[in-house]
Amino acid sequence: MSALSIHINQLAYNAQNENSSTKASERIIADIALDIKPNECVCIVGPSGCGKTTLLNAVAGIINTQNDDVNDHVSGNIMLQFATPSPTIGYIFQEPRLMPWLTLYENIALVMPKDDPVKITAILDAVGLAAQANSYPNHLSGGMQRRASIARAFVIEPLILLLDEPFVSLDAPTAMQCRELLISLAKLHKTTIIFVTHDLNEALYLGDRVVFLSPSPAHIIHELALNNVYKAYDSAAQTNLKNELFKRFPKILEGQLSQN
Amino acid sequence: MAISAIAGASASSRAARTATLIKLSMFVLFLVIWQTLAFVLAQPDFPSFTQTLSALYYHSVSGDLIINVAITVTRVAISFILAMFLGSIFGIAMGARAWFNQLSDSFLIILLNVPALVVIILSYIWIGLVEAAAITAVVINKIPTVAVMLREGARTTDPKLAQVAQVYNIPWWRYMRKIYLPQLYPFFLAAARNGLSLIWKIVLVVELLGRSDGVGFALHSMFQFFDIAGILAYTMAFIAVVFMIEWVCFTPFDARIQRGR
Repeated sequence: MSALSIHINQLAYNAQNENSSTKASERIIADIALDIKPNECVCIVGPSGCGKTTLLNAVAGIINTQNDDVNDHVSGNIMLQFATPSPTIGYIFQEPRLMPWLTLYENIALVMPKDDPVKITAILDAVGLAAQANSYPNHLSGGMQRRASIARAFVIEPLILLLDEPFVSLDAPTAMQCRELLISLAKLHKTTIIFVTHDLNEALYLGDRVVFLSPSPAHIIHELALNNVYKAYDSAAQTNLKNELFKRFPKILEGQLSQN
Repeated sequence: MAISAIAGASASSRAARTATLIKLSMFVLFLVIWQTLAFVLAQPDFPSFTQTLSALYYHSVSGDLIINVAITVTRVAISFILAMFLGSIFGIAMGARAWFNQLSDSFLIILLNVPALVVIILSYIWIGLVEAAAITAVVINKIPTVAVMLREGARTTDPKLAQVAQVYNIPWWRYMRKIYLPQLYPFFLAAARNGLSLIWKIVLVVELLGRSDGVGFALHSMFQFFDIAGILAYTMAFIAVVFMIEWVCFTPFDARIQRGR
């Protein structure tokens, strides 16, 4: 039984020229099929612009081949099968995307169906921002904003959490704090995670499985199952694994398996 | 820490007090220059500040000033609300939907450039010398500038924040109130500020041309009697009202939308 099975096929953006009937079509994803087990953390690694964010947006329902209202017409097949009919999905974006005109408390209340002070206070406490509940996001540091966006994602107790390179703009110790916070909250809430990154160390540290993508149009070129041995950031075991991987596939981070 | 916070607060309040003091003394300086200039020139058509004050007192007590200002303020308020409402809807629709913008863009440019006087005259001719014509003329003059401003606002709204709403299933009404409209508030305030000053001016012209009450009408009759002190007294009353609106409406709204930005 999988928490989520994804099959995306021939996904393309069709930018339709308003004045003529010419269509410029850009194929983003060739074929990606992923089966994700409950409580699994799958890390997606791939070169920039390969369609990682598009993959997450498809899972989140932001990209929808049925929706004609969006300016970018999307074509292709997106098949999503969830374990439950309408699962709650959390999404931590590349930027915190908090509303600058709302306090942290209001930002978190915003995504909840009903204002629940106990829950909001608890989650702010869990991410260490209880004292900042009434502060505005722009008055906080980058790390604090990031933690607030983590709190916002977890307050709805998502079955599936999507993360899009969320810690890239942070300094190393702050990013590490955020990763640990993410792990502890995910364990607590038994969250299934899809984590997009281009940082292999991060992927090896967080993931139960690492999926490597080719450049756009993307397909899966390699999968790596991990066990707990590698669960220490930048440890010797992790370095060994990395070296081995690079020896076999020197260009895997560029999305190529072959030597040249 | 606490002490320095208190010291900081008193320093900032001292700075605010200094700023108010400077504004006030500039105002007083202006009055002194006015008074001196009037005294030196000694022209009958350049009344002094004190003469204007006594004219203000006379016109207020005799009753016509307060009533006329009240009538004009009511006209301004009605046309302001109508113009802001309709202009915002048009502007947001134009900014948010490319096809609607294509459809109405040239129409907007025409409306922006038709002289206010033409709109006023046509409105009085087609609708008649009635209150509705006066309001219509002002509103039509104002709608395009509001629409242009709000169109810019709607164009700069962040689709990334809309995605947050989509992912977290935020209901439409809450999305409008908490995510979409707050992005437009600065544009709304800018439109309101310059909207009000424009509407003041147009309302007076409208009153001068086709109404038998209001400040515009009063100015017209004082012009015929060469009552310059009266004209200045009306202007003074008028500016006082504008300052009140600024303090009561715009400054608090401004402070509110500046929160967190």
